[in-house]
Amino acid sequence: MNLRILYFASLRDAAGRDGEQLDVADGNARAIYADLRLRHGFSMPAERLRVAVNGEFASWDRALQDGDEIAFLPPMSGG
Amino acid sequence: MLVDIPIEPGALTRALAQSDAGACVTFEGWVRDHNDGKRVLHLDYQAYAPLAQNEGARIVAEAKQRFAVRDARCVHRVGSLAIGDAAVWVGVSAAHRDAAFAACRFIIDEVKQRVPIWKNEHYADGESGWLHPDNTPVGAAEPR
Repeated sequence: MNLRILYFASLRDAAGRDGEQLDVADGNARAIYADLRLRHGFSMPAERLRVAVNGEFASWDRALQDGDEIAFLPPMSGG
Repeated sequence: MLVDIPIEPGALTRALAQSDAGACVTFEGWVRDHNDGKRVLHLDYQAYAPLAQNEGARIVAEAKQRFAVRDARCVHRVGSLAIGDAAVWVGVSAAHRDAAFAACRFIIDEVKQRVPIWKNEHYADGESGWLHPDNTPVGAAEPR
């Protein structure tokens, strides 16, 4: 399945891009983040992040579908 | 909820007016020239816009349910901000002051925790850093 990955804040800086298309056979957001963390050298473990699927907060274990947009959200610092 | 132009508190506050509202509480968060002992020159705010809009709307709806308010609104600015600029504005009108204070406090506290917006501080020493919730800057990647 083809997924759209979005990065924000320090993850965006580390990846050097605001997102990417990813082709994966299967897997949930947790497994995908573990992979991307190795590839891009993200310092934060998944435990410090939240994940959103298609614009809404989601569980790390949610089954993903072709075309889903996955956003990895570092701890927020608005205000 | 998200804007990329300066926040206009006067107009926002006037829009809260209702004939049965006897209290209005507003909060403005301003860009400060220092954080954690470092001199800050300016800030960039980044947001995951669709979720930030939805989560912001949910927080305001929750405030309207939990507190006896007449109206409540919240605006957060994104993009590049200078020292003294308003980054966030919360306004609540209510029949009485207790509910207005409580709802305003609730909204700003929830926004800081739940709305996907991030602050990048640019320091006088040329460094910059995204702030993550323990309020310390996080480098892009740690050496591995």
